[in-house]
Amino acid sequence: MDLTVNGEHRTLPGPASVADLVRELTHRGTGVAVAVNGEVVPRSAWTTTAVNAQDAIEILTAVQGG
Amino acid sequence: MGSGDDFVIAGETFDSRLILGTGGATNHAVLADAITESGTGLVTVALRRIDPQAPGTLLDVLDKTGVRLLPNTAGCYTAVEAVKLAHLAREAFDTSWIKLEVIGDSDTLLPDAVELVAAAERLVDDGFTVLPYAGDDPVLARRLADLGCAAVMPLGAPIGSGMGIRNPYNIALIREAVSVPVILDAGIGTASDAAFAMELGCDGVLLASAVTRAERPGEMAAAMRHAVIAGRLAYRAGRIARRLYATASSPTEGMPAW
Repeated sequence: MDLTVNGEHRTLPGPASVADLVRELTHRGTGVAVAVNGEVVPRSAWTTTAVNAQDAIEILTAVQGG
Repeated sequence: MGSGDDFVIAGETFDSRLILGTGGATNHAVLADAITESGTGLVTVALRRIDPQAPGTLLDVLDKTGVRLLPNTAGCYTAVEAVKLAHLAREAFDTSWIKLEVIGDSDTLLPDAVELVAAAERLVDDGFTVLPYAGDDPVLARRLADLGCAAVMPLGAPIGSGMGIRNPYNIALIREAVSVPVILDAGIGTASDAAFAMELGCDGVLLASAVTRAERPGEMAAAMRHAVIAGRLAYRAGRIARRLYATASSPTEGMPAW
């Protein structure tokens, strides 16, 4: 399954949830937000939200700024 | 301050009238020291793609300082982008507070008033506590306050320019035009600029580069802490009128005759 995570092309071997993709990048539970195809996915729905081929996923956190 | 002069934004009281932006610090230790020295209780953060290679996380550092987070929408050029990023920030940080930035020009980073108002209206409707970074236009400030923003944050000069407060008359007018807090945001270069903002009647000052890019950020943070306190006290104390000619402070009566 081919999709995009934070602007980078990824090929996943099988089904995955938003929570699976987040876990690859960070172990923080808080301070992280996810959008799939431009729509916010609430943290409470990460484990139950499956990602699909061609999805564009953004996984964001706090950086210095402002 | 504990003297009946509380700094209150949207019902939240802050001990310090200084809000610190976290952008520009060379590392997390420098930033943590600057936060402590500044005495601030509120710091801004930006929201960006996770970098798994990033050394340590900013949030761990901020957690230790005990400050409240104010996420921003920096980098957004349209209302649509800013609204989307604000919703992601609310999800990430469990706060409905947002420093709303909608930039209109990449060289000056000046805010786009039209997009800003559109984004503010939408975010207020969505239940956000909106703190908009705006130009120093009193009419725009009133529009932002009237549509429900929790504060207005006019610029003193472009972000990171260190040019100080270029139009103090407008800042004073903005203070008169709205009843919500006025927070001078952007342009501060050194402590006297921050004191000046407070003397003009601003309720708070938001600055980042002036501290984080100073040669010694911790010392500049302490300077800003004192400047904001001094400026506020001077504003409340009521300054003397400006006069063209001198007014003797020693008595003219009782001079000896030679």
